[in-house]
Amino acid sequence: MKSKLFDYVERDNWVYNLSGLTKLIGFILLTFASMYTYDIRCILGILILSFTVLKMSGITFSQIKMMLYYVAAFLLLNQVLTFLLAPTYGTEIYGTSHEIIRFSERYVLTQEQLLYQVTKLFKYVSVIPLGMLFLLTTNPSEFASSLNGVKISYRGCYAVALTLRYFPDILRDYNDISLAQQSRGLDMSKKEKTSTRIKNVLNICVPLIFSTLQRIDVISNAMDLRGFGKHKKRTWYARKPMQKSDYVCLTACAGVALVVFGIAMFINGGRFWNPFY
Amino acid sequence: MKKPLIQFKDFSFQYFSQAEPTLQDINLTIYEGEKVLIVGPSGSGKSTLGHCINGLIPFAYKGEIKGSVKIDGVETREANIFKLSKKVGTVLQDSDGQFIGLTVGEDIAFALENDCMAQDEMRETVQKVADMVDMGRLLSSSPYELSGGQKQRVAFAGVMVHDVEVLLFDEPLANLDPATGKTAIDLIDRIQKQYNKTVVIIEHRLEDVLYRNVDRIVVVSEGRIVADMTPDELIASDMLVGLGIREPLYATALKYAGIKLTPELRAGRMETLRLDLVKDQLLEWHLSQRIAAPREERPTILEARNLSFQYTKKRKILQNINFAIREGEMVSIVGTNGAGKSTLAKVICGFVKEDEGELLYAGESMAGETIKERSLKIGYVMQNPNQMLCKPMIYDEVALGLRNRGVPEEEIAEKVDKALKICGLSPFKKWPVSALSFGQKKRVTIASILVMEPKVLILDEPTAGQDYHHYTEIMEFLKSLNDQGVTIIMITHDMHLMLEYTPHAIVISEGKKIGDSTAVDILTNREIAEAASLKLTSLYDLAVAAGIEDTAGFVQHFIDYEREVYRHEK
Repeated sequence: MKSKLFDYVERDNWVYNLSGLTKLIGFILLTFASMYTYDIRCILGILILSFTVLKMSGITFSQIKMMLYYVAAFLLLNQVLTFLLAPTYGTEIYGTSHEIIRFSERYVLTQEQLLYQVTKLFKYVSVIPLGMLFLLTTNPSEFASSLNGVKISYRGCYAVALTLRYFPDILRDYNDISLAQQSRGLDMSKKEKTSTRIKNVLNICVPLIFSTLQRIDVISNAMDLRGFGKHKKRTWYARKPMQKSDYVCLTACAGVALVVFGIAMFINGGRFWNPFY
Repeated sequence: MKKPLIQFKDFSFQYFSQAEPTLQDINLTIYEGEKVLIVGPSGSGKSTLGHCINGLIPFAYKGEIKGSVKIDGVETREANIFKLSKKVGTVLQDSDGQFIGLTVGEDIAFALENDCMAQDEMRETVQKVADMVDMGRLLSSSPYELSGGQKQRVAFAGVMVHDVEVLLFDEPLANLDPATGKTAIDLIDRIQKQYNKTVVIIEHRLEDVLYRNVDRIVVVSEGRIVADMTPDELIASDMLVGLGIREPLYATALKYAGIKLTPELRAGRMETLRLDLVKDQLLEWHLSQRIAAPREERPTILEARNLSFQYTKKRKILQNINFAIREGEMVSIVGTNGAGKSTLAKVICGFVKEDEGELLYAGESMAGETIKERSLKIGYVMQNPNQMLCKPMIYDEVALGLRNRGVPEEEIAEKVDKALKICGLSPFKKWPVSALSFGQKKRVTIASILVMEPKVLILDEPTAGQDYHHYTEIMEFLKSLNDQGVTIIMITHDMHLMLEYTPHAIVISEGKKIGDSTAVDILTNREIAEAASLKLTSLYDLAVAAGIEDTAGFVQHFIDYEREVYRHEK
């Protein structure tokens, strides 16, 4: 079912048992490192690391199938466009030009361009499992509790948790409404013009917004009636205290990020690794 | 002397957004340990009365207050909603919407978290309270894995953590199937007795609440308390019908038999009814009734052959379903939540595709037809009108389907006029949708489907959340559509609806069809009723108690008689 796109399923292994905060910080550190460097060796290292952790987390292929398709389509488009729009960008960066094939005057495939595009592809591919790990293995309430643990206002934290909690519900509503509107002759298929399709999506959004507002009214009453906002602080049922594994994991992530920056700064002397020089 | 817990004195309340007071001259005292039922038609002010008890008024909904309301001796205006929430625990109607946490345990703990209780202590309390409502073993379940009844138990536990004195239930039966509703009433009764709580139930389904004893019934109408008496007195009083509240079916049956109800008959509950005093009169009535001639058989319009459907390989949602619906029939599809009845409707409309079997419309297979093509033949009306309405003006809303089809505007105007007229909405043609009541909105959604002239209309829970008055209005309207030749299929778990309006009922349980007969047959068949979480009608109990062997015949007499009475009134 489509509504399963972001559902949280509880499992018992070390990835799931990490604190949500650890996962967030780890995700940010590794993503930042991977986005910063254009050294394919570092990126491959992160890529292997992130796929290993994804495998260990026990997330099944069916759980991420939909997301993977979207991502693959996006990456393919991105690669094709990069080549079409800037076929010599690699040469510009690395300063040399080793031709492989010449398609036409403008489109020449060089080793430099190939390295640049492969590096860029792996950059995205290495980060995506990390994002999925964060989304799929973090219990929203537990995450809220750890955000609150670093002195972020608990109202804000709860808003985040509730959004994650109700996201599947709202997707489900959207589906139902969309089907009902289609049975009134609303064409959502690709046969219709884009402008009409956008208008049709609006016809689904109006009832969706109204039913969501209704839902918010109910939930805010329910929260009021059970004392939400009474004190400046609150405790958390789902809270996981930071454990040894959290610190180990954070240190590891920080270590990886440091090594990546170190290589960039002291060995490559910049963001790019240049084997052609 | 018992301690008064809730005291209204010359109390009036007017929402700032409204021109008239919603509650007027309320004088009501509820004592410690009492169990009180508040009934009234929609818009009578009974929910507002509930809000005044739990503090949503004046803290969440603003308005002008006159007079006084005290909870445990404290004037609510001078307290705050948090203090009140420790005295009054409220279980809201929408058990889905009030599920805040991600798991059962977390949701129960919500109030404790807000009270800054330490985690260890919290886990202990949660376990204890969850055990009270038999949810102790499901602490780590997510709301998607729970049934409606279980979610309600969680909500119940969530307010019990504070050892509140008053438990307030706002329409606890609204989203439950009949059998689960019965269990809920049982649970409320058990908790009330075991822990000596004061219980206030707001509900319009009188008969279902009276499955267990209540001490008093308070009747609210047009913002005033019009009665405050015991169930026996109220049923004997003859005032319910005029107020738009349905009296228990067995009581109506006794009246049809010409029996004068008195408090001495103890008709408040079926169990206490002194039937021995009036049995002969009832039997006499039963024997004097004639069975009406059956209607002639019409050609089949919709047929399912070996229909199966599954989302994933593990669990089959529908298995080998066969049925035939004839032209001009009124059919109900009944079963518990999750039995597969909504999925069946989705398969019929083509929203999802069957895995095996086929659907035939007027003898021709519909395989391969798109949603759009099927919508020419079969119209689908969702349960919540707010999920269907997307245009600000009524006319545009009804015209939407035709405009999507590219019908010329003059033709649209003609058809919209006709649909509005059938639905009794002609005077509102130029109104905005937002000015309508819930029932009227429902009719707009029906008009917006009818305008496309489908031969078959499928309605998901057409009367959910409606009081007796609106229920009758909607159902009589559907009946009149049916008389004009539209085949109507309703997905429902309202047994009154099934009994009174649909001669043909199909029962689905765990994806299989387990019954396909007249509604009367099904609601007098213990085996099927139990498997499908239905409840036997109290008419059946009455017939058995009176020693009538032909229970189905008795129920049929009742329905025929009621139709006749209705026709006369009209």
